[in-house]
Amino acid sequence: MLVIFSLFLLSMLVVTAIAIIRSEDLFSAVMLSGIFSLLMALNFFVLDAADVALTEAAVGAGISTVLLLGALALVPNRERNSRRKRYTFVYLTTLSAIVLAISYASFDQPRVGDPAAPVHQHVAPWYLEKTPELIDIPNVVTAVLASFRGFDTLGEVYVVLTAGIGVLFILGNSRTGVLPRRREPKLTSSLKNHLIPRVVGRMLIPFIILFGLYVQFHGEYGPGGGFQAGAIVAAGIILYALLEGEGAALRVLSPYVLVGLAVGGALLYLGVGIACMLLGGAFLDYSVLAADPVKGQQMGIIVIELGVGLAVTGTLLSIFHAFAARDQ
Amino acid sequence: MEVLGLFNYWVFAALLMIGFYALIARQNLFKKLLGLSIFQSAVFLLYITMAKVDGGTAPIILDPDLVTIFSNPLPQVLILTAIVVSISTTALGLAIVVRIREAYDTIEDDEIRKLDRRS
Repeated sequence: MLVIFSLFLLSMLVVTAIAIIRSEDLFSAVMLSGIFSLLMALNFFVLDAADVALTEAAVGAGISTVLLLGALALVPNRERNSRRKRYTFVYLTTLSAIVLAISYASFDQPRVGDPAAPVHQHVAPWYLEKTPELIDIPNVVTAVLASFRGFDTLGEVYVVLTAGIGVLFILGNSRTGVLPRRREPKLTSSLKNHLIPRVVGRMLIPFIILFGLYVQFHGEYGPGGGFQAGAIVAAGIILYALLEGEGAALRVLSPYVLVGLAVGGALLYLGVGIACMLLGGAFLDYSVLAADPVKGQQMGIIVIELGVGLAVTGTLLSIFHAFAARDQ
Repeated sequence: MEVLGLFNYWVFAALLMIGFYALIARQNLFKKLLGLSIFQSAVFLLYITMAKVDGGTAPIILDPDLVTIFSNPLPQVLILTAIVVSISTTALGLAIVVRIREAYDTIEDDEIRKLDRRS
């Protein structure tokens, strides 16, 4: 039964991807890409990746769609219909040949779910075996993310921050500075006059924020963590901005606060690493933070997850406001 | 049934090339970015597919004494962070597209090239 379901989901992915590429109306392409992300999240869930599914649903289907729509408001929303499509045949033949080549090569791959596959033999058993002993939190994904491979995650947080800084510098203008101004843009004005989204949306916002906080602080025990929580909280505040107008959202969290959150979160993460060094351990080795190494690890993970959550919320909201505040 | 175990890889190959087609064959820069994100999603699917273990469950150890089969946590960690990075890079790309639209009044690649050649 599950096999049929996953085959169906995978086939739908391909169908949706083709629909995205074929659609000349960019608005429908964006909507389809939201559906694509949701299908992808379901696939991840079927493949036992609960944390990744949560991230894809929050980031891919939620934030990504909003950012694409924000950008679409500033560019023509129809793709030009070019009659002379040169080389289309060449492209399609070449790409089909590559698909066939990869499919042919896949016969040498281990079957999906094969426990003897090389990928399961290297470090993964060590992580699964040592997490209860060294860190003692149930969620191995969080343990690997925040502690065993904490240096890697630090890099990712700084990539996100750098992208946010890049967007602010590209979209800010010299008159008003890099940070978006407080005003009422056209993207948001439409929802204000719609009764049902307004009433239902207002009721949802507190619960979305609450769920975000739950995902943040329950990330050690269940699927979740800073990345997902940051995206969910940002989605809740973006919903508020869509319902009440951009200006209202910026009054709640001003651009300076948002940039402060982004930078502060990233610095909090780095600060924990440096604190570990000052206490005599290696960079991001949380064991030295408390007398008991296991307690130290848990403390370090909670603090850096908080840093990740703040950085992701601040960056995503800054990016959203930068698009929304841009003049057409 | 044995062959169905490879279906995920075929979907990966198909998605990869669908995204790549949008990147090379479509002129619209916005569409190119959508293609790029499909391309990225295909890679995510490949990694998560590799992490699956038959009869396994999500790697959350609720009872250390209970022997359970868990899927591989490592590819999941890599992709979890990659998803957040992919949205940031997409946002950066969109910002550049918006500025191109303001400078050239078009987001079609060939028209931009034409304008560049004329000036």
